[in-house]
Amino acid sequence: MTTTASESRALDEIKIGGLGSSRKRVEDDRFIRGKGNYTDDVVLPGMLHMEILRSPLPHARIKSIDTSKAYAIPGVHLVLTGELMATRNLAWMPTLSYDTQAVLATDKVRFQGQEVACVIADDPYIAKDACEAIEVDYEPLPVIVNPWQGLEPEATVIRDDKVNQKDNVVYNWEVGDKAGTDRAFEQADVISKLECHYPRSHPSPIECCGSVADFNRATSKLTVYMTSQAPHIVRAAVAMVAEIPEHMIRIISPDIGGGFGNKVPIYPGYVCSILASILLERPVKWIEDKTGNLISTGFARDVYLKGEMAMRRDGKILGFRMHTDADHGAFFADAQPSKFKIGLMHSAFAAYDIPVAHLTARGVYTNKAPGGVAYRCSFRVTEAMFFQERMVQAAADDVGIDQAAFRRMNFVHDDDFPHRTPLGFLTDSGQYAKCLDVGLKAIDYDNFRIEQAQARKRGRLLGLGISTMTEPLGAGNSREYDILGIKMFDSAELKVHMSGKAIVRTGAKTQGQGHETTWAQIIAHELGIPADDVVVEEGDTDTAPFGMGTYASRSTPVAGAAVAMAARKVRAKARKLAAHLLEVSEEDIEWELGRFYVRSSPERGATIQECAMAAYSNMPDGMEPGLENTSFYDPPNLTWPFAVYIVTVEVDPETGVWDVLRMVAVDDCGVRINPMIVEGQIMGGLTEAYAMASMQFITFDADGNCVGSNYMDYLLPSAWETPGFELHSEVVTPCPHHPIGAKGIGECAAVGGPAAFVNAVMDALGETGVRNIDMPVLPDRVWEALTYRRDVSGYPPVRQD
Amino acid sequence: MAMVFDDLGDEAEEFPVRKIRFAINGKKKMAEIEPRLLLVDLIRRGAELTGTHRGCDTTNCGACTVLVDGRAIKSCTMLAVQVDGREVTTVEGLASASELHPIQEGFRQEHGLQCGFCTPGMMMAAKDLLDRNPDPTEEDVRWALSGNLCRCTGYQNIVKSVLWAAEKLKAEA
Repeated sequence: MTTTASESRALDEIKIGGLGSSRKRVEDDRFIRGKGNYTDDVVLPGMLHMEILRSPLPHARIKSIDTSKAYAIPGVHLVLTGELMATRNLAWMPTLSYDTQAVLATDKVRFQGQEVACVIADDPYIAKDACEAIEVDYEPLPVIVNPWQGLEPEATVIRDDKVNQKDNVVYNWEVGDKAGTDRAFEQADVISKLECHYPRSHPSPIECCGSVADFNRATSKLTVYMTSQAPHIVRAAVAMVAEIPEHMIRIISPDIGGGFGNKVPIYPGYVCSILASILLERPVKWIEDKTGNLISTGFARDVYLKGEMAMRRDGKILGFRMHTDADHGAFFADAQPSKFKIGLMHSAFAAYDIPVAHLTARGVYTNKAPGGVAYRCSFRVTEAMFFQERMVQAAADDVGIDQAAFRRMNFVHDDDFPHRTPLGFLTDSGQYAKCLDVGLKAIDYDNFRIEQAQARKRGRLLGLGISTMTEPLGAGNSREYDILGIKMFDSAELKVHMSGKAIVRTGAKTQGQGHETTWAQIIAHELGIPADDVVVEEGDTDTAPFGMGTYASRSTPVAGAAVAMAARKVRAKARKLAAHLLEVSEEDIEWELGRFYVRSSPERGATIQECAMAAYSNMPDGMEPGLENTSFYDPPNLTWPFAVYIVTVEVDPETGVWDVLRMVAVDDCGVRINPMIVEGQIMGGLTEAYAMASMQFITFDADGNCVGSNYMDYLLPSAWETPGFELHSEVVTPCPHHPIGAKGIGECAAVGGPAAFVNAVMDALGETGVRNIDMPVLPDRVWEALTYRRDVSGYPPVRQD
Repeated sequence: MAMVFDDLGDEAEEFPVRKIRFAINGKKKMAEIEPRLLLVDLIRRGAELTGTHRGCDTTNCGACTVLVDGRAIKSCTMLAVQVDGREVTTVEGLASASELHPIQEGFRQEHGLQCGFCTPGMMMAAKDLLDRNPDPTEEDVRWALSGNLCRCTGYQNIVKSVLWAAEKLKAEA
């Protein structure tokens, strides 16, 4: 018997703001009124202000620090130096990559902008004045600005603080089948090679980092408001470093003005504000300025590739080799939870069916800021996919096969999942060729090629770039991923009140992704409680269940899954309550959205709200009252969204300036909880991809001075430069192992996008024989490539004496 | 803004203070300030209106954009003493009572914000544009907002939000 629409009393899921509803965002209401609550908005009684003195030199021994003139300034309460920190065993702290990092410099400074001292004063202006009054005597040391300098036999050892560190190598690491790969290369008809550099970049959220530390002597409790994407990890780390018991630490991440990975690590400023508050017994606020943010906090990328691909004459890829040299700066502080030294670099080529591969990776210390954060990507996946798609473009050209056809020929097929990649990942699902077809049709591929050929005859340089990739999103599973030993699960707690309204708390922390909107939609989907009846809270470690935070596109894959699982536990209890209310046995009860009913007489039912009331007022004998539950979700695998990005450009041969003509994005991220928010995430990612491809990078001069220490030097695209985007969502491959079939999406476009732009410019330059221009593809670099018909490297310069 | 310091001794005499009168969101105010105080700090710390955000300190990002005598300026590089006798409007002054301004409503309708940090500045820059040009093209909007940076949205929806507001304002006029 089929139930007709008129008989069903199930709620209309879109109307209640469930799965698939482009529900307007809940959080917007406060932001558009200027009523957000960011860290700098937190004001506590008796609060003091902290400013940091940073090193002007990239490498120097500290001979002396004289703080007496700073102390003489009225309104100054405390000056922290490395010496003072050391008396508390806080001059150094552990990094998330099992290295150590200076909090305030003691022996020497190792990068320009390193924290040397802090002043705590009545007012930030006074604190800044006092910083300038501190006298530091430096003895300059030779400066290392790229890995090649660092690897020279006579190179100064940057990390002479570490007993066993005799050179500047951080690690050597490898994965894959070396012998098998060598054999594949021996059998190859064509070998394609590419060398390139993914430049140093900075996530640069508009809000800088900051904290308000408040140690209360009376209760021994430390409360810290701070810009953290992962407040529970901070609590664990503070308990470890500052030796305060965990229950006496409360970390609160209020509204965060963008994160993009920048706000995952623990920075010296946070630690200093905490110690200052403990010493002074007053709240201490530290708000970083933009230069401090750009020159000292977690950078991203800065990896050099030597790539090789072995192919049969017909274009079938037989194997690949990658060697990467990563510039880690002065401390190995990658914020990544894997056991792999170069993060998930070995997820490269996961979308392609390749039998064998070998990857070697080396990390090198330099006199640059530490970090290596996952800037809008899962731990080096951005580099992996950029290198992959640049290598694929070069390989297709080398073997003489059309770019789209070459990709399609080598894709993993739809019926070949789960698919084991040659470097050890297990991809879960996808319809790669279908996505590519959607993208090619949207860009009108065949006609563009004709137009391109005709334009070339008239001296116009048009180009088309494709980037296709699947990437691992949503760490962990706990077998392979942990931070400081804590497994990469996440959590959700759901409390349904007696009136059927509810509150959800998770261990994630939104920074613009819209959790307050989408988590409620998952509850609506699972329980039929209208999304508007569900409030979402995150970021307070005293109230939220323990979770690992938001980065690596892990919120929906992990915390979102936990929300669904918590709701299902609640629904299971509600079913028992419904059976009690309807006076039937539980087995005779069916569920439709928002309501249980008796199978034999569907008109007899109990809504989820009626069940909620019964949980507090009319539960069966022996049943525990209340309707709430918590779920800790350990994902069985990463989720593997797929994306096709296609860009067309026109390059001006006179100036090297290139303009984006069109940008088509086809994202298959499984089930979309809120399509509007998903599209917002994709457009944001595409913009950062365009930024990195066209203008955004941090580099250094030969003396180790940071070029890119403010927004006049570190260029970010505005509304004027940013191209329009055409998004496609036709292809939906639900994630087979996620409770609601969703995959991560926040980072796909930033990961896969850059290669599309660069490939488009390289395609426009196709007849010059130029194989590579390093990002950012600045007009002067394009001009140089066009004029001199040579590759253009973006390596930081080396001082020539 | 009034501040109590630790014992300043004789130096208190030399502490330079200027008195200014200004209006903020239609309310008349007086303040005693250091001449070097930036407008953004007068607004955030003095007037306790934290909707205006400090982003880059170099006039690039526009998170601190407010209106002074109706024109958009970046308050991180304007001295507070410069608003003596002038009228400042911040994001808190956009809505009238409980009713959202069409620009605010536009940002909500068109998903013109994510983390929300650049949003107040964006909306004030948009207000300046729509006050002068009630019927802007997409290009006009992109140009008018080119002094305001957003890292989340990619601007496409911000542009739509402003165009939405322009339509609404025209319909109301």
